[in-house]
Amino acid sequence: MKSFAELEAIRQKTLDQVNLRREHEGTRVVVGMATCGIAAGARPVMLAFLDEVSKRGLLDVTVAQTGCIGMCRLEPMVEITLPGQPKVTYVKVTPEMVSRIVTEHVVNGRVVDEYTIGAADAEDQK
Amino acid sequence: MELFRSHVLICAGTGCTSSGSAQLYDRFEELLAQNNLEKEVKLVKTGCFGLCEAGPIVIVYPEGAFYSRITKADVDTIVSEHLVKGRVVAKLLHKDSIEETGNIRALDDIQFYKKQKRIALRNCGVINPENIDEYIAFDGYKALCKVLTEMSREEVIDQIKKSGLRGRGGGGFSTGMKWQFTYNTPNEKKYVACNADEGDPGAFMDRSVLEGDPHTIIEAMAIAGYAVGADQGYIYVRAEYPIAVKRLEIAIEQAREYGLLGEGIFGTDFKFDLDIRLGAGAFVCGEETALIASIEGERGEPRPRPPFPAVKGLFGKPTLLNNVETYANVCQIILNGADWFADMGTEKSKGTKVFALGGKINNTGLVEVPMGTSLKEIIYDIGGGCPNGKKFKAVQTGGPSGGCLPDELIDTPVDYDNLIAAGSMMGSGGMIVMDEDNCMVDIARFFLDFTVDESCGKCTPCRVGTRRMLEILDRITEGKGKDGDIERLESLAYNIKNTALCGLGQTAPNPVISTLKYFRHEYEAHIYDQTCPAGVCTNLLQYSIIPEKCKGCTLCTRVCPVGAISGNLKEPHVIDKSKCIKCGACIEKCKFGAIIKK
Repeated sequence: MKSFAELEAIRQKTLDQVNLRREHEGTRVVVGMATCGIAAGARPVMLAFLDEVSKRGLLDVTVAQTGCIGMCRLEPMVEITLPGQPKVTYVKVTPEMVSRIVTEHVVNGRVVDEYTIGAADAEDQK
Repeated sequence: MELFRSHVLICAGTGCTSSGSAQLYDRFEELLAQNNLEKEVKLVKTGCFGLCEAGPIVIVYPEGAFYSRITKADVDTIVSEHLVKGRVVAKLLHKDSIEETGNIRALDDIQFYKKQKRIALRNCGVINPENIDEYIAFDGYKALCKVLTEMSREEVIDQIKKSGLRGRGGGGFSTGMKWQFTYNTPNEKKYVACNADEGDPGAFMDRSVLEGDPHTIIEAMAIAGYAVGADQGYIYVRAEYPIAVKRLEIAIEQAREYGLLGEGIFGTDFKFDLDIRLGAGAFVCGEETALIASIEGERGEPRPRPPFPAVKGLFGKPTLLNNVETYANVCQIILNGADWFADMGTEKSKGTKVFALGGKINNTGLVEVPMGTSLKEIIYDIGGGCPNGKKFKAVQTGGPSGGCLPDELIDTPVDYDNLIAAGSMMGSGGMIVMDEDNCMVDIARFFLDFTVDESCGKCTPCRVGTRRMLEILDRITEGKGKDGDIERLESLAYNIKNTALCGLGQTAPNPVISTLKYFRHEYEAHIYDQTCPAGVCTNLLQYSIIPEKCKGCTLCTRVCPVGAISGNLKEPHVIDKSKCIKCGACIEKCKFGAIIKK
């Protein structure tokens, strides 16, 4: 170990791995992973989120799973909460949609309206 | 970069290992593979979480679900429910971690952790102790870097002095002063040493730090080495701590690989290396001069001081010797500043202290609280009080060197000076709780028996004096106590205290002195009334049957191994006291509470 920079590099590299265990106010991505969610294909969606988050090195994002959110017909469902903002629920998420959700919503804070539960609801009304 | 969505932390401290946590790890590994979860869920072996009573402990992040007393079968449930489906298994959670609403409490809000402040134990149960990168991620080796690149040796010593840190091994001497003395002694060769010869019965905080966060000791010792001018350190650890020794070895090896030990650390001309020395389990080797003799390969015996180790220590060179928990505070003081540390605690005792709670207490385990927390808060709020609704009687602090404090003193804020004023001492932080079923004479006898065993025999007061005291205590507990025994005990106690060579002898009479001070009536009951109020000392007990309560069911006659009970069916029975061996079998069997001992 020759310098602080070297130490800091190791710290940063490992921080991603241990971040889950630290107290932090970050973005939470929660994937519904009950039987209904898994059957509808939630696992590839979650893996896609993990992949996307790690590719972009987003330190403050926690990808977690939860049980049945209750609207099984709309699975796979994903809830995203940015710090200090209300929860946004995406429905019928596919792995292909993940990259856009991460780029626009998680990184830039713009909700992808057309994928949200509100949009799906409006669709149903028609 | 590997990113996991969930971390499963499994305690691999000694407590949980003995309740089978290694098998849990294997089972998790197996099941994660079966469910193809290896890339999503990370398994981490950590150090002690502190709540050993509830072990083996498994914590799942990001939910922070705190599972306690987990069996192999429970692992299957956790994997299939929590890890696969994302449903926290409420019935396996620690009972205190679920709110009435059914929500999971954050770990810090659990009663056991709420009043705690973890500084020395900050990384225990959080990082994988066998992975230096994780330690670095939690600001590890940052303090060493800061010290080497930004601070002068004098500034480091000043910070430690200003923080008010005092030796956590028991004596409570100012750590900064110790550093200053070693710094002041001119010599080309100096040493730093770490006292990890934790010997008090029931104390295991040093073991937990070494097992859960070995790198913090290495880092702190390197900082100490820089400050006092030493390039070699020794960690003296008991051979009875195999897990701690193994993790230390791994940690030292990793630190060497990273160039955090060795030459030219952080590009400076500072060099430092560490070696481990194993103790063979002699209690006296926790005394600093005996410890130094033992490291040198000599017989572990103390010598008179002065000269203190800071002047003439290891191999005749100036040596800085601190306890594990003391070192565990150093890096945080450097990183957060002396004022941050000095803000916690009482006027003369700063920071926090780790206690090993044991005995008649619900939450056996390790707790770290700010100095000045009252005994009551530690025993009731954190420890959960005595089990089975029994009445609290006394708490023994400081192990065999400390004393027993009674119920009246339960509001005492715990710090070095208050404990000494109350007739006990901080010691290394063992805290053994006793309830109404404990006989205080017997407790004093137990601790004295320990010191008699562990006395090295070099000085007469300790070698002969403690044995004479033990003989008197034996006599009293056997019902053969004589008038004047209490006074004899007292005069022996004060003589030993004033004349013994080292701390072991000087403090050995403390359990007797303190129980005589607060529970003198129990001694008197043993000697003059021939009774043991707590019902412990067998020779003083008499078993008898209350005729009004006895239904004559004959159950006791059948269970008595010596045929001491007789009587006809449906008529009150009697115990023949000349035959009775006081085994207590009849009491356990009697359904009517008709048999009493007193």
